[in-house]
Amino acid sequence: MTSGIFPTWFSDELDFYLMIFSKLLTGVPTTLQLAIYSVFMGFFFALCLALMSRSKIGPVSALARGYIFTFRGTPMLIQLFLIYYGMGQFRPFLQEINLWWFFRDVYYCAILGLTMNTAAYGAEIIRGGLQSVPHGQIEAARAAGMSGFTLYRRIIFPIALRQALPGYTNEIILMIKDTSLASLITLVEITQLADGLRSQTFRPVAVYTCAGVIYLLINFVVTWLVGRAEYRLNRHLRPIKVATV
Amino acid sequence: MPSSSDNVALKVSGIHKSFNGNEVLKGISLEAHEGDVISILGSSGSGKSTFLRCINLLETPDAGDIWIGNEHIKLRRNSKGMMQPADPKQIDRIRSQAAMVFQSFNLWSHMTILENIIEAPIHVQKRPRQECIEEAEALLAKVGIADKRDFYPSHLSGGQQQRAAIARALAMHPQVMLFDEPTSALDPELVGEVLRVMRGLAEEGRTMLVVTHEMGFARDVSNKVIFLHQGQIEEQGNPSEVFGNPKSERFKQFISNSR
Repeated sequence: MTSGIFPTWFSDELDFYLMIFSKLLTGVPTTLQLAIYSVFMGFFFALCLALMSRSKIGPVSALARGYIFTFRGTPMLIQLFLIYYGMGQFRPFLQEINLWWFFRDVYYCAILGLTMNTAAYGAEIIRGGLQSVPHGQIEAARAAGMSGFTLYRRIIFPIALRQALPGYTNEIILMIKDTSLASLITLVEITQLADGLRSQTFRPVAVYTCAGVIYLLINFVVTWLVGRAEYRLNRHLRPIKVATV
Repeated sequence: MPSSSDNVALKVSGIHKSFNGNEVLKGISLEAHEGDVISILGSSGSGKSTFLRCINLLETPDAGDIWIGNEHIKLRRNSKGMMQPADPKQIDRIRSQAAMVFQSFNLWSHMTILENIIEAPIHVQKRPRQECIEEAEALLAKVGIADKRDFYPSHLSGGQQQRAAIARALAMHPQVMLFDEPTSALDPELVGEVLRVMRGLAEEGRTMLVVTHEMGFARDVSNKVIFLHQGQIEEQGNPSEVFGNPKSERFKQFISNSR
């Protein structure tokens, strides 16, 4: 694969990097799946938690707040270890209630752990968004005869989620990076592949640089996509361009 | 001058309301016939906004009865002794019958002006979308902002926003329109355009309750004036009577101060 333009050592180096890069790319689908599933499911879980934490019923609110406190206050790695290795201790019981198929699979365990963790952070972001909805606009909706689910669906959520979007982008990016923790419960994704290649090649700089670049590229695309969504959703906050006659 | 018919559009009797032991409304009764335009005056803290908010139950009165048209609003006492609506479905229906226009407009910021107007007709009253859009366009033309249909509220001046809010209220086909200081948040030069729209509605024979500081409007447009003082009706009557020959000392003081 060497071309005549570069000195041989450089071409060799380039080939090596490309080889590492292409091997690491095989981990991208798993990393993306972990991130997409957990962010998506975590969002709905976060929405429930945010609503629960605002509930007027004491125990409901306390439950949500307790959950958020616990999952934000402990390392995600410990959470993953507890789910994957910890649940292994209860194997007979889990087999009895037909849940062992889930907990024996590191892929499911990783998604569960990531989802539960992002839900806690997401809930706080959404709660902030809900708090920022101007009271007058809610009152106008009530005065027009809206209540319950319609009020949330048509007025409160659209305003709150627009408000929460920039904060949530941050959480999505964190989640993409945090999927790398799944390598520590033996899941084969980008970081796990990189660990393997490091011990095969003894070239940690090349291997981890390539891995870092891949995460960077993924986050570049994600940031761009969310930025576009934000731009479209926030038309009402931009000054208008009107053709003046 | 609006002419009043014999049909009662709104009747309230004996409304009481306290906040943390502080009695804001001490038994207010009022009857509005179809076509009545009633101005509610009073210094700040007199309870006039609270009274208006009680009518469409943005505040729940502690005691009293409210009829909109012939429908009596059912309230009941909950376990803590607080009054609350007995039938939430009825409340939603009643609220759309007593449309409210707010001091700070309260248009929904994420929707265009047109979307603001068709929102409740479609999602509360379940009317067909196309019909609502056509009607909304007519209403926007009526309040003079037809060209703002696809703008967002933040792109409009205060006066335009308030006119859009009036169109939003009209789109509900309300029995009664409640105006809560509709011009108080506006620059002086924008007040006129909103008052003109309201005057037009009065001339059409709409039933309106208007909490206002605009003495000109109260005097010239309404056919009844109510002056609230410390949670009670201190003076009431038709404007020429009330302004020409005020009986209450407090009201005399109030009008001389607001000139």
